[in-house]
Amino acid sequence: MRKPIIEFKNFSFKYKSQMEPTLHQVNLTIYEGEKVVIVGPSGSGKSTLAHCINGLVPFSYQGEIEGNLTIKGQVTKSLDLFSLSKIVGTVLQDPDGQFIGLSVGEDIAFSLENEAVPQEKMISQVVDVSKLVNMEDKIQSSIHELSGGQKQRVSLAGVIVEEVDILLFDEPLANLDPATGEQAMALIDQIQKETNTTVIIIEHRLEDVLTQDIDRVIVVNDGRIVSDRNPNELLASNVLESCSLREPLYVKALKYAGCKVTPEMHSASIETLVLDESKDKLFEWYEATIPATYEKKDSPILELQDINFSYHKGFPTIQNVSLTIHKGEMVSIVGTNGAGKSTLSKLICGFEKIQSGKILYKGEDITEDTIYERSNRIGMVMQNPNHMISKHMIYDEVALGLVMRGVPEDEIKKRVEETLKVCGLYGFRNWPISALSFGQKKRVTIASILVLQTEVLILDEPTAGQDLRHYTEIMEFLTELNSQGVTILMITHDMHLMLEYTSRAIAIADGQVIADNSAVNILTNSEVVEKTNLKVTSLFELAVKAGINKPIDFVSRFIDYDKEARVTWRKKY
Amino acid sequence: MKRLSIKTIVAIGIGAAVFFVLAKFVAIPTGIPNTTIQTSYAFLALMAVVFGPIAGALIGFIGHTLNDALSYGSVWWSWVIVSLFIGLFIGLLARRIDVGNGEFGKKQIISFNVIQAVIQAIGWGVLAPILDVIIYAEPANKVFAQGIFAGISNIITVGIIGTILLAAYAKTRTKSNSLTKE
Amino acid sequence: MAQEILSFIERKSPVHSLSGATKLIIFILYSTAAMLTYDTRVLLGLLVISIAIFIVSKIRIREIGFIMAFILAFLLLNNIAIYIFSPQEGVKIYGSSHVLFEIVGRYNVTLEQLFYHLNITLKYFVVIPAALLFIVTTHPSEFAASLNKIGVNYKIAYSVSLALRYIPDIQRDFRTIAQAQQARGIDISRKEKLLKRLKNASSIIFPLIFSTLNRIEVISNAMELRRFGKKKNRTWYNEKPFRKADYIVLVAGSLILVLSLVITFYDGSRFYNPFL
Ligand SMILES: Nc1ncnc2c1ncn2[C@@H]1O[C@H](COP(=O)(O)OP(=O)(O)OP(=O)(O)O)[C@@H](O)[C@H]1O
Ligand SMILES: Nc1ncnc2c1ncn2[C@@H]1O[C@H](COP(=O)(O)OP(=O)(O)OP(=O)(O)O)[C@@H](O)[C@H]1O
Ligand SMILES: [Mg+2]
Ligand SMILES: [Mg+2]
Repeated sequence: MRKPIIEFKNFSFKYKSQMEPTLHQVNLTIYEGEKVVIVGPSGSGKSTLAHCINGLVPFSYQGEIEGNLTIKGQVTKSLDLFSLSKIVGTVLQDPDGQFIGLSVGEDIAFSLENEAVPQEKMISQVVDVSKLVNMEDKIQSSIHELSGGQKQRVSLAGVIVEEVDILLFDEPLANLDPATGEQAMALIDQIQKETNTTVIIIEHRLEDVLTQDIDRVIVVNDGRIVSDRNPNELLASNVLESCSLREPLYVKALKYAGCKVTPEMHSASIETLVLDESKDKLFEWYEATIPATYEKKDSPILELQDINFSYHKGFPTIQNVSLTIHKGEMVSIVGTNGAGKSTLSKLICGFEKIQSGKILYKGEDITEDTIYERSNRIGMVMQNPNHMISKHMIYDEVALGLVMRGVPEDEIKKRVEETLKVCGLYGFRNWPISALSFGQKKRVTIASILVLQTEVLILDEPTAGQDLRHYTEIMEFLTELNSQGVTILMITHDMHLMLEYTSRAIAIADGQVIADNSAVNILTNSEVVEKTNLKVTSLFELAVKAGINKPIDFVSRFIDYDKEARVTWRKKY
Repeated sequence: MKRLSIKTIVAIGIGAAVFFVLAKFVAIPTGIPNTTIQTSYAFLALMAVVFGPIAGALIGFIGHTLNDALSYGSVWWSWVIVSLFIGLFIGLLARRIDVGNGEFGKKQIISFNVIQAVIQAIGWGVLAPILDVIIYAEPANKVFAQGIFAGISNIITVGIIGTILLAAYAKTRTKSNSLTKE
Repeated sequence: MAQEILSFIERKSPVHSLSGATKLIIFILYSTAAMLTYDTRVLLGLLVISIAIFIVSKIRIREIGFIMAFILAFLLLNNIAIYIFSPQEGVKIYGSSHVLFEIVGRYNVTLEQLFYHLNITLKYFVVIPAALLFIVTTHPSEFAASLNKIGVNYKIAYSVSLALRYIPDIQRDFRTIAQAQQARGIDISRKEKLLKRLKNASSIIFPLIFSTLNRIEVISNAMELRRFGKKKNRTWYNEKPFRKADYIVLVAGSLILVLSLVITFYDGSRFYNPFL
């Protein structure tokens, strides 16, 4: 008989500052040794649910609780944070607050230090754990020197250094490149198997999570649990679609092709997927859709000529980068964690000074222009929303740039409200930013730049942490802007976004441009894919599996079809 | 000592780091050559009001010590003690200005500024010079002149920037049961 | 804005291998001695010891040269200020007046005044190598352990460690925030009027401060989730245990303090008076 380890019974929670509860009548049981994924739209209450489990609600975030939550047989209200954290190890969502120690070893040892474990024992324990997560030769390194994936490993090591019963991850993949994300999932899986802990993962990238065995997927929408079943059954239903969540692409393709997805098809992973009679339907659909064509542009708007830059002398971050962006293009910039993508965007906007080379804007040299001068032409949304937010209220934050530019008040109001609608924030316009979820904050920063209506837009991971609905809305709006002639550069780890929206992609590795080609060609060039930690989309694998001889065409056709379909879908929901 | 909450400890640590960064990198040019406006004491006042006297005292003490040590290689203890004094007493006296529940009107602005001006006047104008004479045996008229100059400029900056900061902070305190989606 | 600050310099030397707590105690003893005494003989003795330790530490002057420039500039300014405000301080202290040459009014140059300036400058030269060495040879994460060892409450010791840990992050954030605000049209540098500039400066400091407040929340949550503050004491991953060298150094350090105080106050005054 399976033993329950977490039991929510008619559980509701309302943050102190909110009028309405964030979680409504949650009933949920998680059993020992299970691996559970929680998905849901941004702002639906996933992190809040996690905080209830680890005790931050109500011990750190105050509010009103109704109903009951039992963990390992004890009612959480009767416990304190310390005893709860003995049971639950948490890896938090916010990238800023993850690390406490200066060096890897110190950070892993943090909870042991607090338990006053003697130094020798502590050191040997830290060595053991760092071997488990493959970081043993980095114990001395400072946290700053690590790549995104390595950081993820350290934070994992920090919670498993002591035996816990439950491991809780809040968006472990959010900032990782595709290949690193897959490794991180494999690592979580391995740890789970070795220690037999219960694992709970909150993640938007369902397809990536499903690369490992998952027992159950729980779908949260608007603070309620709307589905709780195993992945195969979930994918056979239309719950994800109705909650505006992204289904794995191969599943979507099957559905478009008119195949009936049943639990028996084992669609949780492309490897286990049973195609059989669906093959013909895929073929039919493939033949019936018409591939779209792209036109080449030729009117340079932004030219980088032989750019070099380093943060520290002797360690070049950007090396001999030359590229030309044409007016009206929409381009992706992809590459591994730490390749220098964000740095490149900062150089273009003048945040950092290039050490050699030239930047031209419509043929005019802007290398010496100030940040402000450039900002009238090039708008940039930074990777970390906390770096951009400076006002207390959402409306004021979005209006700030316009106010500083002396735009008349009624026009500001008009433009801000329009932009807020596009970003799905209109209903929140009079809220303080501090009461938003992480994904919502990111949208505020996108809005604050969109509102400026610059000719060139650079977005650093615009869709990280967004659900499909907001993803579609933001991306469609960008496409709309693009068709009006706005040039758009996007830094992204999302391969599908790259294929779907940008005909051209630039791949960066170690501060150098290693490929500049159509998105499809980059993704099918195995050398580039390997060097830049990209991942082939599952659609490609599906096409191969179905025996389609031009898988690339299949992928492009899917994308065109999907875009159309989503426009109708958005009207429906 | 009362048990320090973890939040206070973290506030002290991060606060000291910010105090340091502000003191070292964020000086606003006034237009008068070689004279800049220090923003770090405005921040110290905010932290003392928000997190209380112990946090205020330690942020001043640790932040100032670190700044001296890391930028000059030695610590000018007499002035470090003044920073501690200012953080401590603003924290103690400003308890009555309850910004925590979102109020920072005319009355609070006036009492905050009276408090900060008096404390800083004592700190820079009296305490610092006396300590300089006792510890470092420096000439009295020199240290009094330095102290009075530092006092006046800090009272003005805390008066302007500190008040703006506190007002902004008070606004961020959301009242209970106030948020709903429109 | 890119000013350098002192930080740990990795090296293998006897000074580096001492426990941080030892160095901290020695630093405190040593600066107390240097602070209290104005006895030129003691100061010279201490200076020799300082220089000797500096050589043993294998730290090169070049590596800390940027800070030396600051210190020398500060010393010069301080000396000038003292002279302007109190040109007869030396005469007052030593009770005699050997005028070398006259300038105007009380600004005549006396041997006593010059000797007083020499002593003030010496005091600095004694303390500076000790302080510098302490900073550049002690790993920041060992520092908190040392504070705790000499009796500072571990929570407060940890807050010092947090401060050291977050200075680079906050510096980096601050730059980024300032850049982001500039991109939206906020100017604190040149063209603006002072009052406008002050207001603009606050709008750059706001995000820093409010992200700080937010960060305090996140970090204290993260620390609490890993049970910081649960027990009355805690152990330290990076603590260096005391060894024989530490005890020897501590005893030697205490002797030096006592000796220098005895010599200084033997005749009842902090000052050594060669003019008697
Ligand atoms: N500290 C808080 N105070 C008040 N309300 C909050 C607070 N944190 C979150 N909320 C509210 O709770 C709702 C759910 O937030 P939560 O962070 O749980 O969302 P999420 O599902 O994790 O979203 P995301 O995918 O964007 O991280 C949000 O709409 C937000 O308004
Ligand atoms: N302000 C800074 N100071 C010093 N080094 C930095 C700074 N910002 C980034 N770096 C370093 O420069 C390199 C490139 O960083 P960058 O942020 O541009 O990578 P990225 O391609 O955007 O990675 P990710 O996909 O993880 O966002 C990294 O090694 C990083 O550690
Ligand atoms: Mg969340
Ligand atoms: Mg980046």
